[in-house]
Amino acid sequence: MLATAPHPVPSVRAIDVTAPVVRDEASAATISIKIATEHVSIMYGEKVAVRDVSLQVQARSILALIGPSGSGKSTFLRCFNRMNDLIPGASVQGAVCLEGENVMDPEVSVVELRRRVGMVFQRPNPFPMSIFENVAYGPRRRGMNDRRKLEELVETSLKRAALWDEVKDDLRRKSGLALSGGQQQRLCIARVLATDPEVILMDEPASALDPVSTLRIEELMRELRQAYTIVIVTHNMQQAARVSDVTAFFTMAEDRAGYLVEVGPTGRIFTRPTERLTEDYISGRFG
Amino acid sequence: MVHLATPDRRASLRARPGFRERIDLPRRVVFVAAASMIGVVVLLLAFIAWQGLQLFLKDGIPITQIFSAEWQPDRMSGTVNFGLLPFIAGTIFVTVVALVISTPLSVGLALFLSEVAPQWAKAIVQPALEIFVGIPSVVWGWLGLTILVPFLSDTFQQGLVVSLPVLGEVFRAPGFRTGFSWLAGSLVLSIMILPTVTSVSYDAFRAVPQELRTGSLALGTTRWQAIRHILVPAALPGVLTAVVLGMTRAAGEALAVQMVIGSSPVFPRAITQPLSTLTSQITLEMGNTVFGEPWQDALWTMSLVLLVISITSVVLVRVINSRRIAL
Repeated sequence: MLATAPHPVPSVRAIDVTAPVVRDEASAATISIKIATEHVSIMYGEKVAVRDVSLQVQARSILALIGPSGSGKSTFLRCFNRMNDLIPGASVQGAVCLEGENVMDPEVSVVELRRRVGMVFQRPNPFPMSIFENVAYGPRRRGMNDRRKLEELVETSLKRAALWDEVKDDLRRKSGLALSGGQQQRLCIARVLATDPEVILMDEPASALDPVSTLRIEELMRELRQAYTIVIVTHNMQQAARVSDVTAFFTMAEDRAGYLVEVGPTGRIFTRPTERLTEDYISGRFG
Repeated sequence: MVHLATPDRRASLRARPGFRERIDLPRRVVFVAAASMIGVVVLLLAFIAWQGLQLFLKDGIPITQIFSAEWQPDRMSGTVNFGLLPFIAGTIFVTVVALVISTPLSVGLALFLSEVAPQWAKAIVQPALEIFVGIPSVVWGWLGLTILVPFLSDTFQQGLVVSLPVLGEVFRAPGFRTGFSWLAGSLVLSIMILPTVTSVSYDAFRAVPQELRTGSLALGTTRWQAIRHILVPAALPGVLTAVVLGMTRAAGEALAVQMVIGSSPVFPRAITQPLSTLTSQITLEMGNTVFGEPWQDALWTMSLVLLVISITSVVLVRVINSRRIAL
């Protein structure tokens, strides 16, 4: 089965995350659950957008959320850093745990949460300021003013985002808006990395980009996976197959509420899905 | 068998007689309307400029004299001197203080409406602002005259304020007995321009893309930080436009100002002093003059100065806006 996977999956990741968490000490040490959602339902006013989703994300892995439009993938993603708070009338039931701590708890500081759980949006949204200031924005807002430290942080962040070589000569002269779409998206990733997050959420990060830029972003995600936990929403099934370790398939119920059909190692989901709906979707018969 | 196009058929694509004329008619009508509008403005500018320059051309007053501080326009009372400085200064001072009072309030209100206010608050404040704009200036002047001026006179003449160490000295100034003052004019103006500045700044804040706000919040900044570091810098050109529009309106207002500033043609030295502005002096004196005499020519010169001030503001708005597009 591993041989048919689109990329070599390390054996430790081939564990089905829907299976009960392994109890014995030795394996428990190698699998750490970064995020776990328990019976999460999200409502816009009376309308149920996402119903009863429970899944777990391992640390330092990439989870892809796939499914047709309107199946609630993006809505579900946005509850990880509570961006749904910004939408009037949106409410979340159930628990979203970041390392065991429920982020829905009213006592939780969303500011601290969003620093630990960064987000990259569908459309690149650099700020109208220089490249340097774009990356330094997050750290500055939490009080980092030391010039030397900022310069160092901006450089490492841009290097990690694979943008440094392209922009190092006019960091301060060039506006973030003057970059190409793909560069802008990598700038947004660098901006998130500069705030030193543990989890990075990506909401269709490559859907507004050309194929070459898309590949660069995908390569970058594979790199970042070594240090960060990534959750990506994508419409592009090849992309999910190429980059992710685990894939979750969402679809819409009769009442248009999104729900989780199945989740498992990407190789298995794309070759031997257990659910008929998943098979139909990935083979193009539906959605 | 192939049916070849006859000359008749080909003719059907050609314009029929009179076609061009029918097409051109609306264009000509609109063109004439636009041209006559521009024509009126140009004539108006030319007329005011011509009349405004008569003081120097016909009456032989040296151009430097209008920058002196003595306003003695009446031949009957001896030597004449057309010093416009008190009015130019009056217009600028009253406007600047009005902006200083009004801008923080307006921009604050615009920020509140755009970023903080719940839907129901917007539903109340926005129509209220529109009604605000529609209140005629004579009403503001009347309110100023009957409420503000007596209030300033009473409150600051006696009571607590006068007993304060420094502020008390300022408000005990002799000119302030009546309450007619620079301060009264600026207060009335600041309220008058508030809705204009507010609604134009509101539009500037709304024009900042939502993605920039969410982008900042998603990085773990507070809402205030997003406003302070993203929203305000991005909306700044629009807010400056709003302030300049308010400035133009304030500098051009005659009636409401004249009713509360006490019309004293001296160079204003304290905010508690009565003073005069270009507009208020023109409305005050235009009935007393005879066509063609130097006094009236001087009033025309004041109009010209006012026109220069407002054209400068319009150019300023244009420059700011062109920069915004470049961003």
